[in-house]
Amino acid sequence: MMNPARRNRALQCTAIAVGLLPAAALIIAALTDDLGANPIERVTHVTGDWTLRFLLSSLAVTPLRRLFGWSWVAPLRRTLGLTAFGYACSHFLTYLVLDHFFDWRSIVEDVLERRYVTAGFSGFLCLVLLAATSTRAMMQRLGRRWASLHRLAYLAAVLGVIHFLWLAKADLREPLVYAAVLTLLLGLRLGFRLVRSRSRKPSPKAAKSQISGA
Amino acid sequence: MLIRRASSIKPSEITSHDLFLRRREFLRGAGWAVAGAALAPTLACGAEDEARPPAPVAGADANPFRTDETPTALEDATRYNNFYEFGTDKSDPQRHAGSLRTRPWSVAITGEVAKPGTIDLDALLRPHTPEERIYRLRCVEAWSMVIPWLGIPLAEIIKRFEPSSNARYVAFRTLLDPEQMPGQRSRVLDWPYVEGLRIDEAMHPLTILATGMYGQVLPNQNGAPLRLVVPWKYGFKSIKSIVEIRLTRSEPPTSWNRQAPREYGFFANVNPDVDHPRWSQKRERRIGEFKKRATLPFNGYADQVAALYRGIDLRKYF
Repeated sequence: MMNPARRNRALQCTAIAVGLLPAAALIIAALTDDLGANPIERVTHVTGDWTLRFLLSSLAVTPLRRLFGWSWVAPLRRTLGLTAFGYACSHFLTYLVLDHFFDWRSIVEDVLERRYVTAGFSGFLCLVLLAATSTRAMMQRLGRRWASLHRLAYLAAVLGVIHFLWLAKADLREPLVYAAVLTLLLGLRLGFRLVRSRSRKPSPKAAKSQISGA
Repeated sequence: MLIRRASSIKPSEITSHDLFLRRREFLRGAGWAVAGAALAPTLACGAEDEARPPAPVAGADANPFRTDETPTALEDATRYNNFYEFGTDKSDPQRHAGSLRTRPWSVAITGEVAKPGTIDLDALLRPHTPEERIYRLRCVEAWSMVIPWLGIPLAEIIKRFEPSSNARYVAFRTLLDPEQMPGQRSRVLDWPYVEGLRIDEAMHPLTILATGMYGQVLPNQNGAPLRLVVPWKYGFKSIKSIVEIRLTRSEPPTSWNRQAPREYGFFANVNPDVDHPRWSQKRERRIGEFKKRATLPFNGYADQVAALYRGIDLRKYF
């Protein structure tokens, strides 16, 4: 049997390879002039979609581990999160360079005045913080605060989904699917937390009966 | 009205009237594109430095019925469409519009007319010769195209049915048939799609009912067999696959206005100074181009149509 370190490495490499597939497909489409009538819009949409998908996948790691006892998935959380960050960067750069071509005035106006851009940009800033503190060294340096800081992942996901909901014109079906998945993932966390707090702090009655039982 | 003189506007679009006349002299007998490219630097300098009254930026078209701008590739004009009756993705109409049967097709002309009735489309069109109109098309989503339409002035058709003096608006309705239009099975909009114009807008010579484009019969995904084209308004006003034209006394309901009244007005005139609540309308991406270009008031048709809205607050009546 593979030792755990090698298994983790293999798992992460696989995740990275899978994470690069959508980007590869996009690059191939760009090279073969297969991005449709509005290539910039296509690149914006595809990179945005995959940001959300990988972000939600990274948030699914812990629930999977706890629900099914799949401890082997744990190392995927960071890989998937960083993959989401990679797509978020391409999404942001597409907006900055291809869509607005460094038209700072209209970018600032967008960020301040258009609520879906405000939401998306704030979500992106969360991801920047998360990515910057994703190394083992940072984890050790921040100690207990690291875990609290990395709850920003939920905020980033919420902002990302809101960004998608707010930019939709009339057809909300697709953003609502993401919203439903996110609600489920957040609901599971809440459930775990309740269960944990109950098991940690037994009620006085239960404590009494334990004592009397002993 | 406030007209921005942004340096980012292409030189060919901000040519003042006198410069424009001189350009004609230069260009007589020469290829428009080649000469235009050669002249561009000169014109750009002239436009920047010359003290001149704020000439309408929209004066670029020598002939408003046929802009000189390069038409969008037919391939793009037929694969990038907003036609929610076939799905909300812009590639859906090309994929799904094959199920629409465009013949036999009849159109009801109703309401405030002396001769109402339902008429077979071919009979409706027979007395007219389609004209080619090369118009800019500006979508409310901030992209644009240039389309060579084949069509008939709406005024010519309406006159045949003798509108009464009570006819102040024209209402249009798209086919309702979820069998042929699968997008109507989901309630993203309140079907059938409806649109409307004020009677003077409807009778304006720029307003046409199109039956073709690029010298061919109108493809289904572009609104076959009969669609409205109002080039100075956002694309959603140009209703597709029309089955009823009703002359009315009062302002008719319109689909996108009903969907989101804060975002889509009845007039929906292209206006760079009035942003959509969620995005800017100052600039647009012409399909096939990389950098965005400035959006023109009334989509560059201000000289022809601005007078229709004299005295109206276009920020309120957007």
